[in-house]
Amino acid sequence: MFAYILKRLLFAVPILIGVNVITFALFFMVNTPDDMARAQLGAKQTTPEMIQSWKVENGYDNPLFFNGDASGFGKIQETLFVQESLKLFVFDFGQSDSGRQISADIQERMGPSLAIALPTFVIGLVTNIALALLIVLFRGSRLDTITMMVAVAIMSISGLFYIIAGQVLFSKVWHWVPISGYTEGWEGVKFLILPILIGIFAGIGAGMRWYRSIFLEEMSKDYVRTAKAKGLSDIKVLFGHVLHNGMLPILTGVVVVIPTLFMGSLIMESFFGIPGLGSYTLDAINAQDFGIVKAMVFLGSVLYIIGLILTDISYTFFDPRVKLS
Amino acid sequence: MSFVWLWTDILVWTLVLVLIGAVRSIRRSEHVRKQWFHILKSPIAMSAAIILSVYLLFALLDSVHFQYTPSSTSSSSESSTVSVHDQGVLSLLDVILPHLRTQTERTYSAPFATHEYSSSLSYDESGSVFQVYRPLKFGGQHLTGKHSTLDDVMVKTAVPFLFSCVFIAIIFTIHLGWGFLQTRGNYIDYYENQPKPEDELPWGAAYLTLFLLVFLFSWFYYLSHFYHVLGTDKVGQDVLYQAIKSIRTGVLIGLLTTLVMLPLALILGISAGYFKGWVDDVIQYLYTTLNSIPGVLLIAAAVLMMQVIISNNSGWFGSTEERADLRLLFLIFILGLTSWTGLCRLLRAETLKISQVEYVTAAKSFGLSPFRIIQKHITPNLMHLVLIALVLDFSGLVLAEAVLSYVGVGVDPTTASWGNMINQARLEMAREPMVWWSLFSAFAFMFTLVLAANLFSDRVQTVLDPRRNN
Repeated sequence: MFAYILKRLLFAVPILIGVNVITFALFFMVNTPDDMARAQLGAKQTTPEMIQSWKVENGYDNPLFFNGDASGFGKIQETLFVQESLKLFVFDFGQSDSGRQISADIQERMGPSLAIALPTFVIGLVTNIALALLIVLFRGSRLDTITMMVAVAIMSISGLFYIIAGQVLFSKVWHWVPISGYTEGWEGVKFLILPILIGIFAGIGAGMRWYRSIFLEEMSKDYVRTAKAKGLSDIKVLFGHVLHNGMLPILTGVVVVIPTLFMGSLIMESFFGIPGLGSYTLDAINAQDFGIVKAMVFLGSVLYIIGLILTDISYTFFDPRVKLS
Repeated sequence: MSFVWLWTDILVWTLVLVLIGAVRSIRRSEHVRKQWFHILKSPIAMSAAIILSVYLLFALLDSVHFQYTPSSTSSSSESSTVSVHDQGVLSLLDVILPHLRTQTERTYSAPFATHEYSSSLSYDESGSVFQVYRPLKFGGQHLTGKHSTLDDVMVKTAVPFLFSCVFIAIIFTIHLGWGFLQTRGNYIDYYENQPKPEDELPWGAAYLTLFLLVFLFSWFYYLSHFYHVLGTDKVGQDVLYQAIKSIRTGVLIGLLTTLVMLPLALILGISAGYFKGWVDDVIQYLYTTLNSIPGVLLIAAAVLMMQVIISNNSGWFGSTEERADLRLLFLIFILGLTSWTGLCRLLRAETLKISQVEYVTAAKSFGLSPFRIIQKHITPNLMHLVLIALVLDFSGLVLAEAVLSYVGVGVDPTTASWGNMINQARLEMAREPMVWWSLFSAFAFMFTLVLAANLFSDRVQTVLDPRRNN
């Protein structure tokens, strides 16, 4: 088990290096340190000397990929690419344009992000699976058809609509919850209810259809026919057999998402004024703060890869046929 | 007047030509024709297909641009107000709907309003200040006070209703006549060759959808001569005009992105599945890496970088239209680059499966080149997967445009798009009472397109996906 996890972690290294190459290409080759210096120093006449001193001050004075001045191994090591990548691997993201430590900001903002993302995910998952099981009981009936039509309609409405409509109805017209804001602890629940509910509702259409199709596929398998031939009721077949066997395809889609919950939601957080990582990223994009965007890209990739590894491990718990090797 | 071909125009017309070519070659294959017949046999799919084609029609009309210089003699009475708007690059759609573009108000007005939405300060002769709701320049100015707006609209609804009835009647006649001509006017043949009801396409649903669409459009068109049917926005532009102009952006993003991602997914997916070994490893590494970067962030990073390039090289672009167009093209490109991984993975798995089948082994032992085997034996068997993925992706891309515009990495702010409309209108939600019509129009237009696409893709999936058939 331990050896397997270690092996998977080693597989992740080349992928992370690849991610690094892509972000580096995007952020340093297009927006060179010279451009950054010019942007930071302002649009006034910037002399080459000023740019050079800014680069030295901020540690951007090495060449991009190959350092001809250095000797031996330093030819590769003393370059911007290696220096920047190494910093990322120890989660040292440097400073944002406003001079704050990005790593500290990220740690601080993970909490609020999770406060929304985790309940949305868990309650949403349970609701979707429960509704899908319920609708599978009525498969082929008129209720099934109508529910699926409604599900398609829910899927077809832009997520922005749910947020705006929700804010207008529940906050502006009925004054049930505050429009936006955030506080720590139980006080903050009143700020979280609306975004969580909206998140769940917006996901119901797609989720219900997805789980329904998984369960329907299981229902057409031989073991279900056998179980029914034994005289088991529909409900017993569904909860005793289909749910358990359907866990495997469900896990594939679900486990990978769990680590990325930390990243928060761009839109939800900015609409509801939650100081999480989503709104952090969005503000950085609008302010063109490349340091933060770069950090978030790297963090997102790391979390996704962790999700992939977790998926593989979770298989062993639900499917004894899968052997870790 | 000279034609202006923007990059996206060229691409979308190329795509149309490719589609026409594909349809012509497909018509020859009995099997595929039966599949499409089967898809369209569902009334819902038929209606969805008609709605999609109408959206496509608008997008295509809006994709023929030309430089328009008005002749100074033609418009005499309104020349002073109109000529300002008439310069620059226009599309065919602008020419069809000239009044929507030119009849702008000073600021917000509600749908069917006759006066401005917010009061403004005014002075009378004695110099005292009071608040008035100023009358609009164009909206409802034909009303003389005898009729209310509602009565007037009711009366005016008759015209588009009659028009659409006549229109449908003409189409129906042509339809009947065409079927009749196919039997060379022989009555007996005609009646004997009538297909059985179960072999007939759902023409009832088709005509109903077409009628509703024609009626809706002609109603909007006719009434927009007298009112701002969907109101006006902050700078007094007609919201209906914006919503219609946004169709092009939405449809193009949905269509052209697939054009970018399809070759990537096909070539890489098939090579990985067929050649295996190190090719497979490299391609798998490539898509796992790309996939692991959160999509929105990758797009955001790329668009931010593009903004840097554009601001550093502002000399590249002749006009704002060209700049906006290149930005749209770039966005499409980035969306394509980030969305091929899913399809690629599917195609790889399917190719792995197919290349184990006997007829491929047989072809190999006959000494066919890998290229021929892929072309003749593998690609045709992957087409259903490709088609399902394409129609599935379309609606997602249309919705993504709105979100990206909200994040600030979408299309150029000067491009008409539903995302931009929502983004601008969102700031007005705090107003009391609310300015709701911009949001409503953008969401309604988007919802119709996405719903139609989703329903259609559902049907395509049911018919083409072999796993769903049992």
